[in-house]
Amino acid sequence: MGVISFKRLPITQMNRRKISRTVKRKILLGLIFISPWLIGFVLFTIYPLISSMYYSLTNYDLLRPPLFVGLENYREIFTQDSVFRVVTANTLYYVGIGGPISVLMAYLLAFLLNQKIKGRAAFRALFFFPAIVPSVVIALIWSFLLNTQYGAINGVLQSLEMPVIRFLSNPGLAKPSLIMINAWSSGTAMVIFLAALQNVPREYYEAAIVDGANAWHKFWFITIPMTSPVILYNLIIAFIWGFQDFTLPMLLTGGGPNQSTLFYTMYLYNNAFLFLRMGKASALAWILFLVIVLFTFILFRTSGRWVFYSSGED
Amino acid sequence: MKTISSKQGPSKKIKKQIQSPFKYITYAILLVLGVGWMLPFYWMASSSVKNDQQVFVVPPVWIPNPPRWINFVEAWGAQNFNLFTFNTFFRYALPVTIGTVLSCALIAYGFARIDWPGRGVFFAICLSTMMVPFQVTMVPLFIIFKNLGWNNTFLPLVIPSFFGNPYFIFLLRQFFKGIPEELSDAARIDGANEFEILFRIIMPLARPALIVVGLLTFMGAWNDYLGPLIYLHKPDQYTLSLGIQFLRDTMSSKVTRMALAYPYLMAVSTIVTIPLVIIFLFAQRTFIEGISTTGIKG
Repeated sequence: MGVISFKRLPITQMNRRKISRTVKRKILLGLIFISPWLIGFVLFTIYPLISSMYYSLTNYDLLRPPLFVGLENYREIFTQDSVFRVVTANTLYYVGIGGPISVLMAYLLAFLLNQKIKGRAAFRALFFFPAIVPSVVIALIWSFLLNTQYGAINGVLQSLEMPVIRFLSNPGLAKPSLIMINAWSSGTAMVIFLAALQNVPREYYEAAIVDGANAWHKFWFITIPMTSPVILYNLIIAFIWGFQDFTLPMLLTGGGPNQSTLFYTMYLYNNAFLFLRMGKASALAWILFLVIVLFTFILFRTSGRWVFYSSGED
Repeated sequence: MKTISSKQGPSKKIKKQIQSPFKYITYAILLVLGVGWMLPFYWMASSSVKNDQQVFVVPPVWIPNPPRWINFVEAWGAQNFNLFTFNTFFRYALPVTIGTVLSCALIAYGFARIDWPGRGVFFAICLSTMMVPFQVTMVPLFIIFKNLGWNNTFLPLVIPSFFGNPYFIFLLRQFFKGIPEELSDAARIDGANEFEILFRIIMPLARPALIVVGLLTFMGAWNDYLGPLIYLHKPDQYTLSLGIQFLRDTMSSKVTRMALAYPYLMAVSTIVTIPLVIIFLFAQRTFIEGISTTGIKG
């Protein structure tokens, strides 16, 4: 999204000696048109960001006025809060393993659909479908499928006289189960990959075949490099969403068993709206924000090594 | 916007090479995965017409016999789901969709069709706000809206949508830029001002893109859980997402697990999912083009 298009932004020259009347009029007109965004940016982004920074330095329970405590919230989070450590480890696991798995699954599906096959549109619709179903419904379906006593999967296992799998009630399996569900609903990334695969110029493959390349060569030396910007894009999106995921784990496991699926956003939500610790929640939010910025930055900096931007592309 | 379903027509020599056993393996994998992908939805639909015995039997029942169709009626009446649907549609999804489409069209026009120094900088800032996670502004926004007395109203969910959404501003800007400048110039010569050009010329031409924005916004609101969870606390304000969760809490708590809890929940889930299936089947191309455009051209 933003990422890749920065290069193509029109470069405007601000340092003109004299701004003529028509230019002034155009600036005014432009500002009028974007004014909803400008106002919203100040009200719903800048002001909350700054006040969130301020609240993070206070104790605030919504009932009494905020009490300034300096860096106390941050000190508590980093030195005393054992739950913070658990939550951070869970979230890094979820993002670091779940993100790439989702992206890989989406790429695999897109690659299969990009073969010359009949019924591509139908398959594409089918694989995309979980992405448009409400998370509440997804959580219900899967809690019913994975349930130990009366879930469909364990029911099949039991009738085959195999041991049941405690998908959601075993602390070691709860996170992989959530990761599996996320991979199942990675349809949006698949659609984006499919479009990218179809945009790879066919002449490249034809030229490669003339040069005696086999299927693997074509995939590794043409398909992967040509789609690498989109791989980067989908990875970033998967990471950002992974850090923020709330609804599915909240409704499927509620953070359990044994806090094994208690993720960052749920902990933040609990602090704000269950324990009414707005100050600590704000501190947690700021830490999350910085981590996401850092993560994105690192991905970008290292991406120069593996992302290939073909020039002259539209 | 490019059509992504462009037919592939490699030359004959290459065609032969592709039609190897590899193709049948592809079909086999796709079929297996496809069945796996749909199984959860089949399970939802079939469970919604089960009775309590059929739920707890091993091996699991795949085709309930006899189906208990009355579940749909009973489940829908178990909570006030008519009201929840009304709330979701008229008090949340519809106003948010109108707000988002209008504001994003206006803003995108300012970024795409008016050539003014400084727009590049503003546009870059606009895009970078996509990196600010919802959670960072969630707490202060809640405090602001609470102080305004907007807690327990739909206003905190609806009002911000009238101030644009960077993701959709970007999408519309891309589309607006593709419309020939001559059309605007001709209108200007006829004395139209920029607002008239936007509403009379650009927006009608950009209908496919506006529909994408509208659909994605609508479905986002229809499916939203966290927003309503934070701001709506009275059952008569619940949206469908909150309503389903409310039904789940009342029916399946460990102490008072009521009969037919799971069939009812699955029945309501099925009913809520059906409109999405219909929208999706009708607008599939629009959807998929919209999503791939934002990802690719970005």
